[in-house]
Amino acid sequence: MRKLTGAILATLLTTPVAFADPVDDTLVLNEETEIVTRTAAPDHLSDSLDEVMSGWLFRGKETRAMQADDFDNPGMIFVEQAMDSWNAVDGSEGKSCASCHDGLETMAGVKATYPKWDEAAGKVQTLQMQVNECRTERMGAEAWPYDKGNAINMEAALSSVSRGLPVNVAIDGPAKETWEQGKDMYYTRTGQLELSCANCHEDNYGNMIRADHLSQGQINGFPVYRLKNTKLNGSHSRFKGCIRDTRAETYKPGSPEFIALELYVTSRGNGLSVEGPSIRN
Amino acid sequence: MELTRRSAILLGASAIFVAGLPKIGAAATGDDLIAEFTGGAEVGEGDLKLVAPEIAENGNTVPIEVSSGSAAEILVLAMGNPTPSVATFKFGKLAASRAASTRIRLAGTQDVVAIAKLEDGSFVKASSTVKVTIGGCGG
Amino acid sequence: MASGVKPRVKVPKSAAAGEAITIKTLISHKMESGQRKDSDGNIIPRSIINRFTCDFNGENVVDVELAPAISTNPYFEFEALVPEAGEFKFTWYDDDGSVYETSKKIAIG
Repeated sequence: MRKLTGAILATLLTTPVAFADPVDDTLVLNEETEIVTRTAAPDHLSDSLDEVMSGWLFRGKETRAMQADDFDNPGMIFVEQAMDSWNAVDGSEGKSCASCHDGLETMAGVKATYPKWDEAAGKVQTLQMQVNECRTERMGAEAWPYDKGNAINMEAALSSVSRGLPVNVAIDGPAKETWEQGKDMYYTRTGQLELSCANCHEDNYGNMIRADHLSQGQINGFPVYRLKNTKLNGSHSRFKGCIRDTRAETYKPGSPEFIALELYVTSRGNGLSVEGPSIRN
Repeated sequence: MELTRRSAILLGASAIFVAGLPKIGAAATGDDLIAEFTGGAEVGEGDLKLVAPEIAENGNTVPIEVSSGSAAEILVLAMGNPTPSVATFKFGKLAASRAASTRIRLAGTQDVVAIAKLEDGSFVKASSTVKVTIGGCGG
Repeated sequence: MASGVKPRVKVPKSAAAGEAITIKTLISHKMESGQRKDSDGNIIPRSIINRFTCDFNGENVVDVELAPAISTNPYFEFEALVPEAGEFKFTWYDDDGSVYETSKKIAIG
């Protein structure tokens, strides 16, 4: 079986030269905000990677340019939609997000620290869970379905005001157990193809997978506007797609497994800039 | 069905009838659309530039740009799409240049063609082959 | 009217008289091509923006006819001459008869 897996992997990961390497380019948003797209790997990765790289470096010139200007970036359409919901009163308490938080810009830096441990909830929460906690506990509104329209738009809006700030999620203290769970998932082979996240995104980034470039699978750019489906995509939905592609039964967006995996994968990008909403294939 | 002499004649007659009808509903080919735009005039090369990526990361969103010094109108076609029409740009009195950029859909690797009607009434053509890659996992 | 349609335009606030400026426009629209099928195998009917125009003080800048091969959220970039202070008017025409409009003022200086 191991031999067979190796053969499948070799076919998937053909390696035609420098073409697939990350580009040497600098991302400056709107001619003012410089984005860190490559930096020294965080300490916890010192055994496996020297440098961490944003998926932006693995995209073509046109896609990279599209992300550099907020007007050209179609992901910003959804940020604008979220700004309308930010100010819209919803639920039994007659409150909007703005009632407590003022402008969206006051949330700068928040995205960079999520997922994080929530003492009251006694678990690690993602940003979408935190938004829903506000909605159900303080606004008396219904929770938004995970990774869907309103929820992913709001995550993108919250991310947009943190762009340029370094991803910095805590992996120690009470979050450690969840982080370890995510790490185990990252290195566990799944599915009929017996592939782990690491097989592609740690061992083979910079190589081609069919006609596409394999990136490090960093999620500092999430939510991402994908050219493929022309809408915002959440990291959990992307995990789901990857796991399905290993021919495995997958988990649901918002599940404890994906919360743990989000924390771990986010921590692999500690030090890269928050980039979402980014543009990817 | 058994083909009798009578039904064969009927079939032949109806075929002639169908062929004689104008092509309503049938998809026009790229060449048809060019002929319609030019009125059958000769198409040369010259004052028209089409910029498109050599390789498109995804056929859903392919940035292109057309530009010319003296075009009144520019027709853009994706010759390999099920319906080749993409857009027609007409430049008005206050257009500062005869240039425009947009994002288009390409069903696969194919030629993107631009035809400009210049102010002198002549037509020029520019074309560019865009390779549309089939992605990796696609998630 | 198709849902969630929102026009965006980018026009400088001011220009010198006679200056050429770059304009960018983007409208959120699904641009349903009429080529796709739903999960039951039925064709999803075409629903696109079929025309876009930009005028300045009543004079045309650009008039675009769009086919279904224009990507979701149609984007255009072009250049306009600004002979005097005034207002750019942008209009998008939907297959369903809806017309979406927005305008931007520009000063000379």
